Amino acid sequence: MSNLLNVTSSPHVRAKDDTQRIMLYVVISLLPATFFGIFNFGYKALILVLVSVLSCVASEYVFDRVVNKKSTIGDLSAVVTGLLLALNLPSSLPWWMAVLGSVFAIVVVKCLFGGLGQNFMNPALGGRVFLVLSFTGAMTDFSDYKGFADTFSGATPLATLKAGGSVDTMRMLIGNIPGTIGETSVIALLIGAVFLLLMGVIDLRIPGSYILTFAVFTLLFGGHGLDMNFLIAELCGGGLILGAFFMATDYVTSPITPMGKILFGICLGLLTGIFRYFGASAEGVSYAIIFSNLLVPLIEKITIPRAFGIVRETKGGEK
Amino acid sequence: MGLRTFKGGVHPYDGKELSKSKPVKELLPQGELVFPLSQHIGAPATPIVEVGDAVLRGQKIAEAGGFVSSPIFSSVSGTVKAIEPRRVAVGDMVTSIVIESDGNMIETGFIEHEDISALSNEEIINLIKEAGVVGMGGAGFPTHVKLSPKEPEKIEYIIANCAECEPYLTSDYRRMVEEPEKLVEGMRIVLQLFPSAKGVFGIEDNKQDCIDRLTELTKNESRMSVQPLMTKYPQGGERQLIHAVTGRDINAKMLPADAGCIVDNVETLVAIYNGVRFGRPLMNRTFTVTGDAVSDPRNFSICIGTNYSELLEAASGLAHPAKKLISGGPMMGFALFDTNIPTTKTTSALLCLTEDEASKYETTACINCGRCVEACPEQLVPSKLADFAERGLKGDFEKWYGLECVECGSCSFGCPARRHLAQSIKTMKKQILADKRKK
Repeated sequence: MSNLLNVTSSPHVRAKDDTQRIMLYVVISLLPATFFGIFNFGYKALILVLVSVLSCVASEYVFDRVVNKKSTIGDLSAVVTGLLLALNLPSSLPWWMAVLGSVFAIVVVKCLFGGLGQNFMNPALGGRVFLVLSFTGAMTDFSDYKGFADTFSGATPLATLKAGGSVDTMRMLIGNIPGTIGETSVIALLIGAVFLLLMGVIDLRIPGSYILTFAVFTLLFGGHGLDMNFLIAELCGGGLILGAFFMATDYVTSPITPMGKILFGICLGLLTGIFRYFGASAEGVSYAIIFSNLLVPLIEKITIPRAFGIVRETKGGEK
Repeated sequence: MGLRTFKGGVHPYDGKELSKSKPVKELLPQGELVFPLSQHIGAPATPIVEVGDAVLRGQKIAEAGGFVSSPIFSSVSGTVKAIEPRRVAVGDMVTSIVIESDGNMIETGFIEHEDISALSNEEIINLIKEAGVVGMGGAGFPTHVKLSPKEPEKIEYIIANCAECEPYLTSDYRRMVEEPEKLVEGMRIVLQLFPSAKGVFGIEDNKQDCIDRLTELTKNESRMSVQPLMTKYPQGGERQLIHAVTGRDINAKMLPADAGCIVDNVETLVAIYNGVRFGRPLMNRTFTVTGDAVSDPRNFSICIGTNYSELLEAASGLAHPAKKLISGGPMMGFALFDTNIPTTKTTSALLCLTEDEASKYETTACINCGRCVEACPEQLVPSKLADFAERGLKGDFEKWYGLECVECGSCSFGCPARRHLAQSIKTMKKQILADKRKK
């Protein structure tokens, strides 16, 4: 016997990307929106970002210690959750609410269900919805925004639209409007999204089918016919871009099958449309995503990809 | 013709530059050679020599054990020392004929056929069978069986598998660079068996010199063409190659012949030529000794039966301590715990790596990222299949087409959670197939 040769099953080589590196890419992709948010809303935004990230990582660390699990904070997924949660908060939110949201996101939504890979709902959105339902006033108060030059009425663009007003879509693209910390600048978000697409972290199946479905729904049921200004405002506002590229694409809570991803995006588009145009609130992205998260197992079940060389007639494991 | 390929696949570091430029060197074996009786798919061969017998190079030492089987020939002259179980590259103990070489390489007589076109199909297939030719790319399916499909008139494509998509391997490449004529002649013989078929050489575009050379050689051959293929693993997988060349798809229950195709690897076609034209049975093959641990990576023409240790010596041994030795390529090869094993008709390389990536990383939780789905050339969902396998859910495993897996390893390669997906799936596949045989 020769000394200590490893014997394993093939393949014997591995690609470079691991979970930590993928999470790092996601963090990097969120930085443009984060920096714009801090620039737009000031030091309060910075504090909320730091508080959320730190309390998410700390919650995971403490949870792992308490249940005697090997610490998993090294995979950086808690950093992603904290950052995403912060980007979904209004800058005027008291810091301790952000801590509560983070603890809920990590401990209740993620760790209690088995940790990374086992949660059935996007942790950051779970945390956000928990806060919206618990502290509705603070979570929907966007009056803190002072604007760059001129003053701006306190309402978000979508709320303005819902009330029958009109908005400046150029400002929505740049992001100098009221809203949550990370949702306002479409340009900053798209820079991050392009980075994720180029690094192969996400593909266009989910965001593409989501945005397309929602656009069609808006034209049909939005109540403004072919008004392009309205359509663009609806697409840019309400965190749709943030949701479509960074939260709906969360691996763990989206289908793994290629067809399932498209179906998932269609569900998101329909639900967002229904919530926005038929619901009481002007927004609906968060609820659409966490609702659709629940449908993922069913979507996967009906979209089992047909294996290479299997013809339709012999579908299913015959014989 | 443009580049063709298949859906899925991965791009591992290809490592071919280590040995690519090294010409094939004849290697004379010393001492003992071992010939396992089972170095092909099908029934093991039956020994026709006894301990103490003197044998010549090229002499048949074991007869095919049935139709799906293949005879075995001594690659050296010498004396039969033993017939006993010996360890082979895949780890099993296989009854083998052990021959002590006398170092003289005295050959037995071979019957040449100057005019192959005068031979009948039966004669050609018999010559191929009697030359002990099997698929030398790794599977070892007896070639005479492959060339005897139920409906020969329906064969439209003879595809030469010149993809060599496994990283590090350069033996097929060297064959194509040094002896492309033999490859073309081998193809001509197979085409003679199937008058309505076209011969296509499928070559990955990282071997542009081979594409050019074979295009030049076949420019006056109306029935032969060269198809450049995208460099991507597993381009040389039989189903992937057929898809790339013909656009036809086959599944696990079909044979290439069902899609009108027969696929033969480079070495196999050369062996067909040697067997039919010169009556020389399969005694040698090209073999690559490579990897970052090897002092002098290179290509050899080896006598089948030569010990791996001897090959490693011939490549000046190890320059750095090797953590892992692999028989074959890094994607589908077999890890060895010892180099004291013989080469066979189907072994193409010894790869010595200083790093064992398969056990270096810790497995973490699946994040459902879908990279395995993107990588799978069979369009399966490896993460689910591995889950089903680990939980013993045979029904779900089959429902998600687990039995279609070609075991290429692309899923494990790309997995960011470093899961051993292919390993779990392969194990489950074996269990289910064993269950089915029992019924």
